Amino acid sequence: MKREQVPQDDENLMEGRTREVCYAVDEKGDYIQVLSSGWEPKNAALLQAWEQINDEAKEALERIKAGKVSPLAFYMAQGMFDVALLSDYTDIPKRKIKAHLDPETFRHLDETTLAKYAEVFSISIEELVNGPKTTDAFPGEKQRKSIQDNSRHNGDA
Amino acid sequence: MTIHFQHSQSAHCENGSTANLLRYYGVDINESLAFGIGSGLFFAYLPFIRINHIPVTSFRPMPGMIFKRTAKTLGVKIFQKKFRDKIASMAALDAVLAQNIPVGLQVGVFHLTYFPRPYRFHFNAHNLVVYGKEDGRYLISDPVMETAVSLSYDELMRVRWARGMFEPRGHMYYPVKIPAQIDLPAAVIKGIRRNCREMLSIPLPFFGIRGIRYVAGQMKKWPEKLGEKQASLYLGNFIRMQEEIGTGGGGFRFIYGAFLQEAAKVLSKPRLRELSQDMTGIGDRWREFAAIGGRIIKKRNNDQETYTAMSVILMEIADREQHLFSELKKAVS
Repeated sequence: MKREQVPQDDENLMEGRTREVCYAVDEKGDYIQVLSSGWEPKNAALLQAWEQINDEAKEALERIKAGKVSPLAFYMAQGMFDVALLSDYTDIPKRKIKAHLDPETFRHLDETTLAKYAEVFSISIEELVNGPKTTDAFPGEKQRKSIQDNSRHNGDA
Repeated sequence: MTIHFQHSQSAHCENGSTANLLRYYGVDINESLAFGIGSGLFFAYLPFIRINHIPVTSFRPMPGMIFKRTAKTLGVKIFQKKFRDKIASMAALDAVLAQNIPVGLQVGVFHLTYFPRPYRFHFNAHNLVVYGKEDGRYLISDPVMETAVSLSYDELMRVRWARGMFEPRGHMYYPVKIPAQIDLPAAVIKGIRRNCREMLSIPLPFFGIRGIRYVAGQMKKWPEKLGEKQASLYLGNFIRMQEEIGTGGGGFRFIYGAFLQEAAKVLSKPRLRELSQDMTGIGDRWREFAAIGGRIIKKRNNDQETYTAMSVILMEIADREQHLFSELKKAVS
């Protein structure tokens, strides 16, 4: 990869927090570090992973609305926690977590248990109990929208 | 308390914190040298180990391996410790910082607040260096960030105690003894030889050049075997492992190219600079491979851009890498 080929396909996946180092060769053929704000194929792969997560979270939300599972299912899907990982983080036994996925059992949970879950998901107890209000604004969702906006503005083919 | 520590950004966190820590003690080393001496170039495809139902692909050795090997090969003694207790792990960190010693830490990125959100998966083998504490905040040189950052006590403790695969358990490390004389040429040769061995001679079909051929053989069957959706997810995962934050592009091939240029200077072997050029060409081919994959994921590929076509490119890459590592082996023998 030559210096001038280092891609700058910014799709806000780094949220302006940083750029990443790529290695490329300069005019003399010497390797140098060049900063990149993104590369389209790589962005596509990362967005695909989020799309998958979002689909699972949306599916969980539908099941919550249908009264089949507790809000826990949504936050687990959104945060990519399986029962084992959530158990590791909360010290709540796996068997109990599975029980808490039942809406009725979940409704009777004490504050301490709820607080443990809320902390891991970085949300308030209120959000945990009520579940998400909308399906909007999952991580990655905003980015996808902004790409569509860009392509409209630029007339990208 | 702040230690005069020079933050320097790198492509990959492990090489980066290794190089940054060693440079603090006057070892004249950069990321690509640390990577090459630690024999960082690798390939593995493990169809029987799955994460989220997708087989594990890796372009690098096991986490921690590069650091361990680089330090050992250079003759640097490292102190390292994991903990049972969270509070004790923070107290131990504070005690070492109080002696003005910068400390390497293994952390998880899921709760790493300064990291871009789309990159915050449950990945627990990230590395950073803590170089001081000011107003209760820890000063952090995270090798993949452009500038130095900071975390509160609670935030840092949380990421040091991430759970799941490769959990850090507070893992901290720092050099305790640097040899008076470092034999850089010997270390470079050792690193190259070990890397040739791992790419060429592991007698299992999943590693090194054999691993690339193996996945090439599998990839062309993906759409039929798995269906379009799952095949596309396999492909996306493969590309992420190849290109995502930390490889410097082309699945570390460009970093290795940079290393070979350094090695040519250290060993006065112009042949290694030629081989660096070949490596650049191979890295470019990996990028072309990823570009086609990206279009398949987005369903913008043309008729020629298929899984079979990608498999053909991988076979070609495997041939070229086999030739390159055979030549490299000769060049340092």
